[in-house]
Amino acid sequence: MFITPLKRIIRTGFVNFWRNGFLSFAAIVVITLSLCAFGGLIFGSAFGRALLTDVKDKVDVNVYFTLTAQESDILSVVQDINKLAEVASTTYISRDQVLANFKNKWQDNAYIMQGLDEIGSNPFPAMLTIKAKDPGQYAGIAHFLQTKNPQDASGVPLIEKVNYEQNKLVIDRLSRIIPAAEKAGSVVAIILILVAIIVVWNTIRLIIFTERDEISVMKLVGASNTYVRGPLVVSGIMYGLVSGVITLVVMAAFSYWSTALIFRFAGIQIAADFGLVINIFSQYFMQNFGQIFVFIIGAGIILGGVSSYVAARRYLKV
Amino acid sequence: MIYYDKVSKIYPDNSIALDGISFGVEPKEFVTIVGHSGAGKTTLIKMLIAEDSPTEGSVFFESTNVHNLSKKETTKLRRRIGTVFQDYRLIPNKTIYENIAFAMEATGRSDNEIAADVPHVLELVNLSHKIWNFPKELSGGERQRVAIARAIVTQPDIIIADEPTGNLDPTNTFEIIRILQKINELGTTVLLTTHNKGVVDTVKGRVITMEKGKIVRDDKNGKYVL
Repeated sequence: MFITPLKRIIRTGFVNFWRNGFLSFAAIVVITLSLCAFGGLIFGSAFGRALLTDVKDKVDVNVYFTLTAQESDILSVVQDINKLAEVASTTYISRDQVLANFKNKWQDNAYIMQGLDEIGSNPFPAMLTIKAKDPGQYAGIAHFLQTKNPQDASGVPLIEKVNYEQNKLVIDRLSRIIPAAEKAGSVVAIILILVAIIVVWNTIRLIIFTERDEISVMKLVGASNTYVRGPLVVSGIMYGLVSGVITLVVMAAFSYWSTALIFRFAGIQIAADFGLVINIFSQYFMQNFGQIFVFIIGAGIILGGVSSYVAARRYLKV
Repeated sequence: MIYYDKVSKIYPDNSIALDGISFGVEPKEFVTIVGHSGAGKTTLIKMLIAEDSPTEGSVFFESTNVHNLSKKETTKLRRRIGTVFQDYRLIPNKTIYENIAFAMEATGRSDNEIAADVPHVLELVNLSHKIWNFPKELSGGERQRVAIARAIVTQPDIIIADEPTGNLDPTNTFEIIRILQKINELGTTVLLTTHNKGVVDTVKGRVITMEKGKIVRDDKNGKYVL
């Protein structure tokens, strides 16, 4: 009772998809372009996020301890800092380690090594590098260190200097730019998605407009609305499905060749500056393939199916 | 079987298409409606299949008012009426077989019935050899025969043919009328509109003459008088 009409609707939808070759082709081109725009957004946001993470990662605040500070006192300060909610990570480098790093770096420079020898003792303070979860939070961390002003048992301050003030300008700018960039990204995304939906909707509407006479004949022959509309929706879903698959192939190809493309157009230096030497696109594509697959194919099916369903309504009123 | 009760249709531009039309059609009758173009013949037909609704009056199909039906009931009503149009109105991207099968599918017939009845009805209109062609590969007369086959395949209670010969040459016209007469002899009511004198004189049935939206004559065994 229910199976036969459904079978006929699906079969008719397939047959129409095939026979209206040119219209189907046009619909697939338009939907594919729209889905590619969605794909571009997915890659764009992944790229943007990678870029922001990279930039955020380059910003930090260094705390230099006094030369007299005892390692045990310093470590208890580090523990306190680690307890702060705003802190993402801390890296502590002891005085000995700083000295070793320095020597390692300048071992080939006889003058510097000689100068170091003349000083006699280790001139380097211990250093703590703090990374906040968000650039806006560095002010809070710096403020915490200033007000707390940790001291050793005899009342001598442990902290010599916090370089927040020097980095403040850059940090402030970043903490303003990053949310603005994120907001601008979402606005662009929404506009692009809207444009894509409108273009697809209009294409499908035109296709169904060309079939309005057939729709009215079917109605006059005694076909129910479902029976007339069903094949149109099936064809719409087919457009979406085929477009979705094409889009996924395009995205896969792009992510596979993206590094080579970036190297060619931007040059290896810029690519390296932006942390793009590793292929973030193919990495992102492969890691999130399930989600991307569902999103692209789903968007295609919904765009094609829903547009057909709604567009057919006007001509069913016979 | 069909009754038009004081039906008037006035279009928004105040042109009067139908002006207080009343008449009835008995089962198994062959009724020809004649009149010049613009006399209101097509509007009259549209009222019966609920493609358009009257400004005043009612149209009854066996005691049910056609214009008080829900969408579902309208669909069911249309399944009991076979309609043939002047411009054939076949579905271009379906083969002849599929065009006819569609009418049966719409009424929920089984695949076996369709497979048996479609070739049979095509034989009746003498088009068995074109079963897998598309409408654009057929001549006007052949297309109209397909349209008739589509109208009769569901075994409707009544066949409405709105100027079915309007676009055809005399030979094809005669052929179409002969088929309609055969259908009528088999017990189906036929309502035919035409402005072709030859057609009316061939049919020799009841003739209703319309002029400017009104019925001016209604003759049993009528002739073409205009």
